[in-house]
Amino acid sequence: MNSLEVSTRPRLARHVRLTYSVARKRPVLLLPETVVVLNETGAAILKLCDGQRTVPEIVAELRARYREVPTDEVQRFLAGLAARRCVELPDG
Amino acid sequence: MDSPFGLLAELTYRCPLSCAYCSNPINMASYTDELSTDEWRRTLAEAAELGVLQAHLSGGEPLLRRDLVEIVDQAAGLGLYTNLVTSAIGFSRRTAERLREAGLDHVQVSIQADAPVLSDRIAGIPSFQRKIDAMRLVKELGWPLTVNVVLHRRNIDRIADVLRLAEEVGADRVELANTQYYGWAWKNRDALLPSREQLAQAEAVVREARERLSMDVLYVIPDYYSKYPKPCMGGWASRQLTVAPNGEVLPCPAAQSLPLPKASIREQELAEIWTDSPVMNAFRGTDWMPDPCRSCDRQELDFGGCRCQAFQLTGDASRTDPVCHLSGDHEVVAAAVAAAQQPVSLQLTPRPHRPQQA
Repeated sequence: MNSLEVSTRPRLARHVRLTYSVARKRPVLLLPETVVVLNETGAAILKLCDGQRTVPEIVAELRARYREVPTDEVQRFLAGLAARRCVELPDG
Repeated sequence: MDSPFGLLAELTYRCPLSCAYCSNPINMASYTDELSTDEWRRTLAEAAELGVLQAHLSGGEPLLRRDLVEIVDQAAGLGLYTNLVTSAIGFSRRTAERLREAGLDHVQVSIQADAPVLSDRIAGIPSFQRKIDAMRLVKELGWPLTVNVVLHRRNIDRIADVLRLAEEVGADRVELANTQYYGWAWKNRDALLPSREQLAQAEAVVREARERLSMDVLYVIPDYYSKYPKPCMGGWASRQLTVAPNGEVLPCPAAQSLPLPKASIREQELAEIWTDSPVMNAFRGTDWMPDPCRSCDRQELDFGGCRCQAFQLTGDASRTDPVCHLSGDHEVVAAAVAAAQQPVSLQLTPRPHRPQQA
């Protein structure tokens, strides 16, 4: 599922915490038994996953900050994390 | 060298249950001199400094530590993701509320089967109903809930009912992990190892459940039945570390059984132990590997399997995990698996509630 519903408003799963690892100088997602090490753009996307914004809205906000934000890459990233149950994609 | 991601804090080996599949060490008496609250505070601070992001509070039964709330409070204050692994005995409403307030992130409650009679028999005390109540309390207080079930010959046929129960209590995750044969489980291995037919049925149930349920279903096979060994701990002293109740620092809880020099948080700082101690460096990386691992293209996938299992089964911790079909010692695993296809003795040795004083 690489293309997400336009109306979905992604949010971090309840048991997931987005934070920063000082030792690794990288943002990380913390789950009960896993750590996902992120890059800066990944973290920027996830910070916008507040259950309020749709994917097009997230992409629009990112475009204000980064030069290139391919929609399909944002979708792939979120779909991948949704498959690992880090992100929830409720029906809009 | 990378920092460890997770600290397994084994707060005590005391436990109200006496499950025969327990992986706690047989020589519990060596661990009675438990770390103080301040020593755990310092351990957690040093772990966070080292780059640890998760603290798994386990045991034994961690709720037997009267200072559990203070320990959680320290871990959460350091920004660690805190995970309580409990039998639920002692998880009263008042304690639960205090843990919630202290910042505990996640609770894993064990259950031994889907129904009171079998669950209580395996646990050794009437505990089923308390566990169900605790699971509901976890959800009521707003925590994510993982239901842990250790699978073995006596309960693996109940797996569909266990899943139904987990669904009923609103679990977010369920961990169905076949017994790992260390400690008391190793003593009881032949009575616990399921048959091939039992496993095939369990796997079919899991496959079906994963498609049907929104709950996260984790399933861990018994490695005796796999072709290649498990990538134990993601490599020796690579991603995780364990601190035993007495402050001994290890790459994993089972490693206390190996003839390696001890390292203790009471004598050295955690970072120094992680980087320099002989116990951490004994099997780090791939240089220690003998053949067939040395020339195997899977050496970075399974890291030679489990050192503790190699030691148990061959007497030499540096041999290839005999679970691997390429291991020269594989016949010892094959023999245990062959025996599991026959009727086995039902004699189990329960783990004691507390160390037997010598």
